[in-house]
Amino acid sequence: MILLFKRWTRNVPAPFMLLVFIVMTMSLNIKAQNNKKAENAAFNEKCLKCHGQSKYRYINPESGSEVTKRMYIETIIPRDLFAESNHKNFKCTDCHSAEYDTFPHPGRLRMESKYACIDCHGGDEAYAKFKFEEIEAEFQASVHSTKHSDDFNCWMCHNPHTYKINARSDEKIKDIVAYDNAICLNCHADITKYQMLTDKVNPNILKKHEWLPNQALHFKNVRCIECHARTNDSILVAHNIQPKSKAVRRCVECHSTNSILMASLYKYKVQEGRSKSGFYNGVIMNEGYVIGANRNYYLGILSLVMFGFVALGISIHAALRIIKRKK
Amino acid sequence: MSGKIYLYPMWIRLWHALNAILIILLIISGVSMQYTNPANPFIRFDIAVTMHNISGMILTANYMIFLIGTFITPNGKYYKLTLKGLIARLMKQFTYYTFGIFKHEKPPFPVTKESKFNPLQQFTYVIAMFMLVPVVIITGWALLYPEVVLTKFLSGSGLRVNDFIHVIIGFFVSFFMLVHIYFCTIGATFVSNFKSMITGFHESH
Repeated sequence: MILLFKRWTRNVPAPFMLLVFIVMTMSLNIKAQNNKKAENAAFNEKCLKCHGQSKYRYINPESGSEVTKRMYIETIIPRDLFAESNHKNFKCTDCHSAEYDTFPHPGRLRMESKYACIDCHGGDEAYAKFKFEEIEAEFQASVHSTKHSDDFNCWMCHNPHTYKINARSDEKIKDIVAYDNAICLNCHADITKYQMLTDKVNPNILKKHEWLPNQALHFKNVRCIECHARTNDSILVAHNIQPKSKAVRRCVECHSTNSILMASLYKYKVQEGRSKSGFYNGVIMNEGYVIGANRNYYLGILSLVMFGFVALGISIHAALRIIKRKK
Repeated sequence: MSGKIYLYPMWIRLWHALNAILIILLIISGVSMQYTNPANPFIRFDIAVTMHNISGMILTANYMIFLIGTFITPNGKYYKLTLKGLIARLMKQFTYYTFGIFKHEKPPFPVTKESKFNPLQQFTYVIAMFMLVPVVIITGWALLYPEVVLTKFLSGSGLRVNDFIHVIIGFFVSFFMLVHIYFCTIGATFVSNFKSMITGFHESH
């Protein structure tokens, strides 16, 4: 066999051999990557074959017949969203009990305590730059936490099975805005979810924001949290959601060079926006429909100079008329 | 030569008075939005915006009245520029304002029933009423309906270009207003031209 291979290689030109080698190496790499991905995916498939869809089947041991049941909506994990999420590399049993591998699942597992973000992300050097502790403190001070105590937790907004971080990616600002606003609307535009935490009627967001000029444009281009959360320069996304009485209502708070938007989302997209000239390139030229376009520094100076000249011309003319008036 | 000519019919006086009030409101609110410190504005920003928007809308209607009135009444003839010899006439009037007036010379183009404006007046009024005001009105409405503005203009934002044009033309309208009010003091007396716009009668030098 080896002899045959040696004879064959002797007759094959070297460039072809090189090509074969490269293709083989690449295919091995792809296989290795797929294997790595497939390893957890295959493991998780044991759960997702039921929890990844809206129905599941099992054999009833009493009757021996196959039974089809609807999956409870809260326990459905959409495969595609999980595969794109931040936690996609985890096994289900990294966070959930290993006892779930039996069916029917033991009833006491329903009481299983769930991890909070800070349990894994807190105090870990690898996540230090994201400042989870500070986020936790901000959240604790927010209206979400103070009004709802422990009923309101991180998972309300950041579904651990589907959440993916957006603001640091290269996605368009409009997509980030839509994704982030969908998190708020998930409860604030859905009475059934909203009333999980309160008996109040969910206010109609469109009506509540009727005062806002160009409402549709604002909703498409500005995140809810820009006006409803207190900004904190040291963390990426503000988590201190304020009561509605403290929401931003003055146009000028955003539509000016001293924009509070500068301190939040746009800060990360347009770093150069801090300088006077950069503000223009960074903020006005970006995709966001904001921000004091007529607050141009140079145009302001130029217009003042021109106003000065007009006033000077009029003053000189008037003075000469007074001096030269008929006695 | 001194006398009174009825030059300004009632509709023009009413139009002019409303126009003057609106332009002043627009300049005050515009200046407040443009220059004052957001933390301590001359007029609170939301009030300034509302004031600017409403004044601009009424100004549009008033401008339509001016356009229609100018086309259907003899008022239009005062705005017909004769290009032949225009520069010479403009220079003559300019020279009068810069030198002649101080030597107490007679105005080179006295006001008559046929010629209400001197050449410099006519030229600037045509520029203001048929170029600056229409542009500022159109760009102003575009800011109220930003979705109609081109998203991209050349390599920049269409909205930004639109905004720039609005603000820059706004400056020129403001310059016009300052100069216009000042030049109104050059009449038979300091206040005679202001009186004319109330009574309709022009008092000659």
